Amino acid sequence: MVQAKKTEKAERSDGRKLNEMRKMEAKVGIIKRADGSAMFKIGTTVALAAVYGPRELFPGFMQNPEKGILRCNYDMLSFSVTERKRPGPSRRSVEISLVTKNALGSAINLDQFPNTVVDVFIMIVQADAGTRCAGITAASMALADAGIPMRDLVSAVSVGRINGKIVIDLDKEEEDYDGTTDIPCAFMSRNNEITLLQLDGDISAEELKQAVELGKEGCKQISEIQKKALKERYKEIKNE
Amino acid sequence: MSELLVDEKNVVVPGEVIAQGMDYVPAVGSFRDGDKIISSQLGLVNLSGRLIKVIPLSGRYIPKKGDVVIGKVADIGFSGWRVDIGWAFEANLSMKEASSDFIDKKTDLTQYYTYGDIVAAQITYIFGSKIIDLTMKGPGLRKLKGGRLIKIIPSKVPRVIGKQGSMISMIKEKTNCRIIVGQNGLVWVQGDDNDSIVLAVDTIYKIEEEAHLSGLTDRIKIFLEAGHGSSKKD
Repeated sequence: MVQAKKTEKAERSDGRKLNEMRKMEAKVGIIKRADGSAMFKIGTTVALAAVYGPRELFPGFMQNPEKGILRCNYDMLSFSVTERKRPGPSRRSVEISLVTKNALGSAINLDQFPNTVVDVFIMIVQADAGTRCAGITAASMALADAGIPMRDLVSAVSVGRINGKIVIDLDKEEEDYDGTTDIPCAFMSRNNEITLLQLDGDISAEELKQAVELGKEGCKQISEIQKKALKERYKEIKNE
Repeated sequence: MSELLVDEKNVVVPGEVIAQGMDYVPAVGSFRDGDKIISSQLGLVNLSGRLIKVIPLSGRYIPKKGDVVIGKVADIGFSGWRVDIGWAFEANLSMKEASSDFIDKKTDLTQYYTYGDIVAAQITYIFGSKIIDLTMKGPGLRKLKGGRLIKIIPSKVPRVIGKQGSMISMIKEKTNCRIIVGQNGLVWVQGDDNDSIVLAVDTIYKIEEEAHLSGLTDRIKIFLEAGHGSSKKD
C-alpha cells in the first residue's frame, strides 16, 4: 500500500525528485601503498581510485621533456555487475579511460615534473549507472590526496531526459528505459568550467542547456562532499 | 580591501579561494585567478607578510637544491654512482663529489660504495627532473653502516626535525641514538641498545602521525620520558 502511494506521488521510479541525486559518500586515503587514493559512492555505484606518481615513464619515447603526462585506467571489476563482466580492457573501458584523462587533464598541472607520469587507476566495485562520473569524482580526490598541483577539483554527474523530463543522476533502471538520453558531464565548480560532456540519445538544444545547468548544480553539491572528505582526513588529528 | 578568507594553519583543498584582493601575493602551492588567490594543493595555509603559501600535507618527495637526502646506491658507472632517492629518477653521485679523499680513475668504485649501500648526501644541482647531482662532501654526509632505516611521509619531515632542529636533538638526547633525517622521508637510526632504538623509532612514527597538532613538542617530551621509564622497568 505504502509503496503504491509512493510511486503515485514520486516523479521517478525510486521516489527521488527530478533534481535529486542519490545518497553520496566519499572517503580519502583508502589505499595505503598508493600515493593518493579515494572512494566515491553514489547510490549503489562505488568507485575506487588510486594515484601513483610522479614516477618514471616507460616506454621512454613517450616522455615529454616539457611536462609530465597523465595516464588513466578505468576498469569495472568482474563482480561489479549482475552478470559477470569479462575482466580486462574492452572497447568501452578504453574510451572511458580516454575521456577521464581529458576530464582530469585540464585540471592538473604537471609542468614541474617533466619526463614523468602520473598514473590514475579507477576501479568500479559496484556498478549502477554513472560509473564514469563516479570514477572521475573519485580520481580527482585521489589526485588531490597525492599532492598533485591542481587548478580545481573535478566533479562529475550524469544528467538526462526520461519521458521528456530533465533529470539528474540516472540509475541503471532509468538509463535502460526506452528513449532515455544520458549525458555524463564534469565540472570544475569554481569557475563552472566543463571538462567532460558526452551525449547518448537525442535531445533538443534547449533541453541540453537545461540539462547542463542541472548538472552544474549537482556538481556544486558533489564538490562540497569532495572538499569535506579531503579535509576530514586531517580533521580528526586537529581536534584531538 | 583585501581579505583573507581562510585562517592561517587551516586545511585547504585544490581550487579553494584563500584570499581576495590584490594585497596578497601567491607563493608555493597557490596561484592567482583574477583578484582571488587559489590553493593548488591539499595543504595548510601559511602566511608570511603578504605572501600566501600552501604547505602540502601529502604527496611524494620532490627534490630541492640543498636537501640532505638518504639514498640507496642503485648502479655504478665508470665515473660515479647512481643513487635512488625516492624520486622518479635516480640521482648522480660523481667520483669527485663522493668522498673527501682523492679517488683515482682506475680505482674499483665498489671499494667506496657498492650496490645497496645506504648513503646520506646533499643535492647540489637540479635540472628538469632527470638531472640531479649529489655531493657527499659536507658535515654528516657519509655512508651509513648498520642502524635502522625507516620511512615516513616526506611532507612531515620538517616536524620531525623541528624548529632549528629542536625536535630531533631532543630525541637524540633522550634516547642516546644517532639519527639522520633525509628530506626524502628516510630516517636512519642507530643506537647502542635495542630499547632506545625502538623508543626513537616509535617517537618518529608518533610525530609523523600527529604532525598537524599544536603543542607537539610537549607531548613528545612526555612520550619520551614515559617510554624511557617503562623500558627501564622491564
